[in-house]
Amino acid sequence: MLVELSSFDLSLAATLVVLLGALTAYMQLGITKQLYIAAARTTVQLLLIGLVLKSLFASTSMAFILLISLIMISVAGWEILSRQTRKLKGWWGFGISTGSLFVSSFIITLLCLITVIQADPWYSPQYAIPLLGMLLGNTMTGIALGMDRLIQNAWQQRPVIEQRLMLGQTADESISDIRREAMRAGMIPIINSMAAAGLVSLPGMMTGQILAGAAPVEAVKYQILIMFMITAGTGLGVISVLWLISKRLFDERERLCFKRLLKDTNSRHK
Amino acid sequence: MRLLNIKKLKFLHCDSVDLQVRTSEVAGLSGASGSGKSLFLRALADLEEHDGEIILDELNQQSIAAHLWRQKVALLSAETSWWFDTVEEHFDELSESNMDDLEFLNHGFSSLGFSEDVMQWSIARLSSGEKQRLGLLRLLQNKPDVLLLDEPTANLDKHNTQLFEAFVLQYLKDKSACAIWVGHDHEQLQRISTKRYEIVKGQLKNVS
Repeated sequence: MLVELSSFDLSLAATLVVLLGALTAYMQLGITKQLYIAAARTTVQLLLIGLVLKSLFASTSMAFILLISLIMISVAGWEILSRQTRKLKGWWGFGISTGSLFVSSFIITLLCLITVIQADPWYSPQYAIPLLGMLLGNTMTGIALGMDRLIQNAWQQRPVIEQRLMLGQTADESISDIRREAMRAGMIPIINSMAAAGLVSLPGMMTGQILAGAAPVEAVKYQILIMFMITAGTGLGVISVLWLISKRLFDERERLCFKRLLKDTNSRHK
Repeated sequence: MRLLNIKKLKFLHCDSVDLQVRTSEVAGLSGASGSGKSLFLRALADLEEHDGEIILDELNQQSIAAHLWRQKVALLSAETSWWFDTVEEHFDELSESNMDDLEFLNHGFSSLGFSEDVMQWSIARLSSGEKQRLGLLRLLQNKPDVLLLDEPTANLDKHNTQLFEAFVLQYLKDKSACAIWVGHDHEQLQRISTKRYEIVKGQLKNVS
């Protein structure tokens, strides 16, 4: 049924990535190293998880599955931070991103497993792990984009924020436009996916289920469920991150507090 | 009577600055670049970390929310920022749009040499001098008790400088407010201020 891919097929695709890397290096776009690292990681990580996925799904220990979920959340939180141009100092950046992933992705997955899917037991790994994974993957993107936009814009528009403070606006009012912009940036990917679903893109999970012989209507229902969960998760996650970071950018006397940020790390990537 | 009382103010390079400014008074402040004049004004507006006490009448700076303090003790920075497309939007955001405000604004526009259609102007076409004069009016919508002016006429020609000075002095008189005016032009400071100070090596010196 499935057309088997040879190593030659894969190396053909890999060549494309290498060419892209060469092109970005030539144009000095500063993304080459990140691109290669990410490509290498996707290969190694998927190979490894492919090997253990079957035994992972066979596990029935709740503690073990909880542990896996926590690892997934921490890694996602860490990845969000790695995408930031300017980070909050100390554990704040990691704390805020991981905490927001927890309240959005983790709790929504839990809710969905218990009330909607109702597998037996409710933590059955073949539902819990992929569901959490899909939520985290998308929420992570939204949060990374929103967070980066908020901090970068606040940094660049410092004179405007301070002017608004001088005019007697509260810290919250003075950054409201920037936060609105950041919210939009964080939500664009998921709004795009929902708007294009079925017309432009065929979601991978649904297509896979139908090809594997599942009833189309059932597969579609699952996909809609996932889409809505991702949307709610991303929205909640981005909102909480933006709220927490804009609090952190001001001190108790409503002054911009950029000494809580690390220096721009992006310029170091060559 | 209005009294801005600054006691033992410490910030970055300066330690222990004492100063009192009363109703209708203008304290003229000069000093070399980098001596901390702007930081001084920012500390008074609570935009810069500092120690010491700043009291307006009976009100301690730290006893009310920072944004409320900044509505009373208003800082006009040397470079004003504008973030919307037109002049009007910046004024709408602060104004309560009652008749008094409208009258005050219209009077202000004409006193500072603007035509009536200034509200519709786009920010992109404003000169730096126009921004300074409009920046003053925008700030005065909060009806501050204390004005902190950081080289407010640096980009103005002689005629507009005169309009600006007259308008500020009239405001102080009408509202029983007071001001600290930072500048480099000694003639100007002599003309408008009731007492003169200079920041030298982190110390505030009376040079009246």
